Amino acid sequence: MKKARVAYAGAIHEACESNGQLKLADGRIVEEQDVVWLPPLVPRTVFALGLNYADHAKELAFKAPEEPLAFLKGPNTFIGHRGQTRRPLDATYMHYECELAVVIGKTAKGINKAKAFDYVLGYTIANDYAIRDYLENYYRPNLKVKNRDTCTPIGPWIVDAGDIPDPMNLSIKTYVNGKLTQEGNTKDMIFGIAELIEYFSSFMTLSPGDVILTGTPEGLANTAVGDEITTEIEGIGKLVSTIISDDIFTKGQGPSYNEVHN
Amino acid sequence: MLKARVKLDDSEFSEEVDISYHNIILNGKSRELSQVNLDVPVTGTVYGTLLNYKGSLEALKDQVHHPPYNEPPKGPVLYIKPKNTFSAFARPIPLPAGVPELEIGAALGIVIGKTASKVKKALAMDFIEGFTIVNDVSIPHESVYRPAIRFKARDGFCPIGPWVVSKDSISDPDGLGIRVYINGQLRQENTTVNLIRPISQLIEDVTDFMTLNAGDVLLTGVPENAPLAKANDHIRIEIDEIGYLENPIVPGKN
Repeated sequence: MKKARVAYAGAIHEACESNGQLKLADGRIVEEQDVVWLPPLVPRTVFALGLNYADHAKELAFKAPEEPLAFLKGPNTFIGHRGQTRRPLDATYMHYECELAVVIGKTAKGINKAKAFDYVLGYTIANDYAIRDYLENYYRPNLKVKNRDTCTPIGPWIVDAGDIPDPMNLSIKTYVNGKLTQEGNTKDMIFGIAELIEYFSSFMTLSPGDVILTGTPEGLANTAVGDEITTEIEGIGKLVSTIISDDIFTKGQGPSYNEVHN
Repeated sequence: MLKARVKLDDSEFSEEVDISYHNIILNGKSRELSQVNLDVPVTGTVYGTLLNYKGSLEALKDQVHHPPYNEPPKGPVLYIKPKNTFSAFARPIPLPAGVPELEIGAALGIVIGKTASKVKKALAMDFIEGFTIVNDVSIPHESVYRPAIRFKARDGFCPIGPWVVSKDSISDPDGLGIRVYINGQLRQENTTVNLIRPISQLIEDVTDFMTLNAGDVLLTGVPENAPLAKANDHIRIEIDEIGYLENPIVPGKN
């Protein structure tokens, strides 16, 4: 089962994929392009992994970490499938990162990796955009690089864990305007899903709705305003986002929202 | 009397109350803070700010010009204290097995009152509901090069409270004394006068790239020379005009 959250006809709905269409919880069948896609869950704590594929670590001239390199993301950064991601005017290198996202389904503390998959609700796709211009060497990568509004598309849906028999062998692809630019496989993760659940749950409690973004393989490329970025993971689906200009947020608006609402 | 918002442990919602330093007025009756079971008074995301006290950056000395840092920070350096770390007034802070001491991070928490995006500093106060006290507990760690989840995101590592004092009850949030007592002994004293980014500037710089929502908390930073505490120590953080936050440290289960 593939479960989405969408806005349609004035309300927010749970929906599931049904023969290329969406079936809303109230029974209506609607076309994919007629809904606004929301993140498939309201995430609780979101972990993201850096340098978790050996080839990508090498690409960035880092040696593979001995312990998972993880950072956290806030709720402001997530957008749904077919959303718009804002590229700042001064950015010179803003790249996508296609990542398998693991959704935790039950409370997990001190879990052995052999049991780790019992705690997985399902899987989705995240595109963990980074703007390298803003990288600094304090708690790197920091929130200015990794927690910007609109910079983490997630979706389109959560696929039940039971429908993905081997999440550690899924091909990962990114297309920029239809052209393949990134290709990898989840089998090349340095710390696999089970190890990550064991690691995090060894020192903190994981809860339903927590999400682990498991890192990205090599194949980064800069993106430009207007680009349509498709991040695809085998068995899960395709997550699309469009890069839009900073200008859209500011031009011709007169006084800002803040000034008007004071 | 000051205006504050508290969340009682047995209540579903938080409520506006009058407070004095040690007391809370509930249903017309004054009750001592220690006699009331309090819950965490905020619901949103808690963002910490690293190296926002002049003394904390100075404590790194020349290191900031050498690898891995290479230069002093330009933007605000932020991190998230996730929900598993949230804890209330008087609740124990678990000391992980094998860890001898914890670092006590005495932080003023700015509680956001309404959606704040691209806020200019001149208007920043309009987006603040009030202020609270946060104990940003860490396992001591030297390096601040990589994110420190394993050191800062343990269960119970973020006591918050006892309440959110309305901004109108605070004379100058950029001039509040902060004191840490361990077992009744004064172990740290500083003031928000020493912030590198004062509150309005911090809000401008943070909301430039990320939206803060009502109920979110932005910590203004932890002063240098954070005191260390061990099992069974009693921690009290005082901030002028807000009150005090007390928690014991207890040995954890694992």
